[in-house]
Amino acid sequence: MMDKVLFGDNQFFAVNHLSDEKSREQAIRFKDDSTIIRVLDQARETGINTFMCTTHDRIANICDHMRANPEKYKDFKIFPCMPYAHKYANAVTDLGIIGTIKQYVPGNIFSTFTKGGVAFLTKDFIGLMQLLVDAEMKMFKGISTPVIFLQNVVVDMILGLKMLDVFREYDDYIRKKYNSEPGYITMNMPALLDALNSVGIENPVICSSINKIGFRMSGGKAVYEKYLNERTFRPIAMQVLAAGALKPREAIEYLAQFPKIESVLFGASSKGHIQETKELIEKAMN
Amino acid sequence: MIKAGIIGLGKMGLSHAAIVAPHPDVDMVAVCDTSSLVLDAFKKFSKVNTYTDYVKMIDSENLDCVVVATPTRFHYPIVKYALEKGIHTFCEKPFSLTLKEGEEMTSAAKSRQLVNQVGYHNQFIGTFRELKRLLKTGILGELFHFTGEAYGPVVVKEKGGTWRSDPAEGGGCLFDYASHVINLVQEVMGKPVKARGTMLKKIYSKEVEDAVFSMLTLESGLTGVLQVNWSDETYRKMSTSLTIQGKKGKIICDATEIKIYLKERNEKENLDKGWTIKYITEFAIPVNFYLRGEEYSAQIDNFIGCILNKKQSEINTFEQALYTDKVIELLIEDSKKK
Repeated sequence: MMDKVLFGDNQFFAVNHLSDEKSREQAIRFKDDSTIIRVLDQARETGINTFMCTTHDRIANICDHMRANPEKYKDFKIFPCMPYAHKYANAVTDLGIIGTIKQYVPGNIFSTFTKGGVAFLTKDFIGLMQLLVDAEMKMFKGISTPVIFLQNVVVDMILGLKMLDVFREYDDYIRKKYNSEPGYITMNMPALLDALNSVGIENPVICSSINKIGFRMSGGKAVYEKYLNERTFRPIAMQVLAAGALKPREAIEYLAQFPKIESVLFGASSKGHIQETKELIEKAMN
Repeated sequence: MIKAGIIGLGKMGLSHAAIVAPHPDVDMVAVCDTSSLVLDAFKKFSKVNTYTDYVKMIDSENLDCVVVATPTRFHYPIVKYALEKGIHTFCEKPFSLTLKEGEEMTSAAKSRQLVNQVGYHNQFIGTFRELKRLLKTGILGELFHFTGEAYGPVVVKEKGGTWRSDPAEGGGCLFDYASHVINLVQEVMGKPVKARGTMLKKIYSKEVEDAVFSMLTLESGLTGVLQVNWSDETYRKMSTSLTIQGKKGKIICDATEIKIYLKERNEKENLDKGWTIKYITEFAIPVNFYLRGEEYSAQIDNFIGCILNKKQSEINTFEQALYTDKVIELLIEDSKKK
C-alpha cells in the first residue's frame, strides 16, 4: 500500500497552475535548498513519509542531504517522477533530438555500422529508454523509491502517438531493474487505463487530476467517476484543489466518495497548511 | 473518419501528432519527416505509414487534411502542394517568411474553399478569450494604452547552430516569440498599422535578435508597447501577457489569470469596484485529450470541426496569420530606420 498522503514538489520549483506571479514568488522563496529541506522536515514532523518529486537537478541536493542523515530519514521514501521535461524540451529546441540524446545519454547508444560502403545507424530505442531511466535514477541511489513514475508529458505523448509497447517495456524495466512499482502520471486517465490494460498492464498505479470541478480531467468528470467506481487500478488524486479554485474541505469531501483512491498528492509551503490538509485527508478518507 | 497526415516531426509536429491521432473523428494514417531516427520510432511502435517525402505522402495517402510543422521556410512549397491537391491545411506559426508566399497560400486556400488554420494557440486560451469579450463590451471606457509582453528562457547563453539561429529561416525572437504577441494584440485589441522606435536586440545570439521592443499604433488609433525577450531565464517557460488601460480601469491578462481593476462597479458584468481576479479554471476550454495545455487540443478540435461541418475557421485563418507576418515586416522595416 502507498501512504494515504503524498507530499508534492511543485511549490518548490515555481510551478503554479493558477498564477504565473505566484510561481515567481515561489522561485524567490525556495532559492536555497535549505529552505526546501526545512519544509520537507516540517512535512515529516506531521507524519508524512513520502515525497513525490520530479527528477529536477536540485532534487539531487536533497538526496545528498538524506544520505548524509540516514537515521533521520530512515522511514522516508521518494516517488521519483521522470523526466524533468523542461530540461529536455529546452535542449531539443537548442540542440535538436540527436544533440539532446548525445548530451544526456552516457556512451553512444546509436552505433554506426557500414553496410555495403554506406554508413547507417542502428537504433535501439528500448536500450535508449533504459539508459535515460538509469540516468534519471542515479541521484536516488541508496534511497527507497517504491514507486517510479513517468511524467504526464511523456505518458500522454506516448498515449497520443499510440506507441503502447513503450509502456510495456517501461513497466518491465522498472520492476526488473529497480524492484519498484511503475507509476504513470496523466491528464487522460480513462484513455490511459484502457491503453495500459490493452498491453497487459493490470492494476497500474495512475496519478491524475481528480477534483470536483473537472479541471484537467480530459473527456469530462463523468467518465473519470465511472472509472473510479468500476475499474481496477490504483488511483492517486492530484490537483485536488483544482489549482486553488476549491477550498480544501469541499475538495477532500469530493474525493471521499471514491474509496478506490489510494493516495492524495498535494504540496504546500507552510507547516499549518500541511498539517491541516493532511488531517482533512486522513479524517475524510480512512 | 477524416484522414490526416503530419509533415515535420520536431517538437510541435510530435505534439500535434499525439493530439490528432486520438481525436475520435480522425484517422492519422501517415507522418513525414527527413529524420530517420524519428521515423524509425514510428515504424517500430506505431501503425502509421512513414514518409521522407511529403509529395509522395500526399500523392499516395488520399488525405483529407495535413498538419505542417516543418521549419518556416518549407511551409510555402508544402502548403501550396497540399492545397493544390484539395487538402485542408493546418500550418504552424509563423506562417511565411515572405509576404508574397503568404499571399499565394492565402488566396489558394480561399479560392479552393479549404479549411485553413495557423497554430497561434493563444487564441484558444480561455483567459485571453475572456479579455477579448470584456473589451468588446467597452468595460474600460476610452482606451489609452496597452502593453503586449512575452518572456522566456530559450536562448540563455552564447551559441550558434540550429535553424532557430538563422535569420533566413525565420529563427530569432521576432518570428518565434514576438509573432505570438503581435497576433494576440491583433486579434484581441485590433490590427497594428504602424511601428515606431523598433529595436531588435541581440543578447546572446550572434545572427538573430533575442529581444524585440517597439511602439505600435493600432487601426483604432490606440497606441501601446511591445516588449518581448526570449533570453530571460527568470521565467521557467514562455509567459505571455497583455495589459490594457482605459479611462474606466485596467485589465492584466495572461494564460493563467485575468486581473480586472474598475474605477466603478459594473452591474452588467457583475464586477466590483477595485480589483477582481479570475482564474483559467473558470475559462479553460474542455477537451477530450490533453497534452501540454488545453489550447493545443482546442485548436485541433476547431480545425477538425470545421472540416466536418464544411465551414471556414473564424479563428487563426491564413489571412489573420498573413496579417501578423505583415506586422513583423513593419517591425523589421522600422528597425532599419536611422
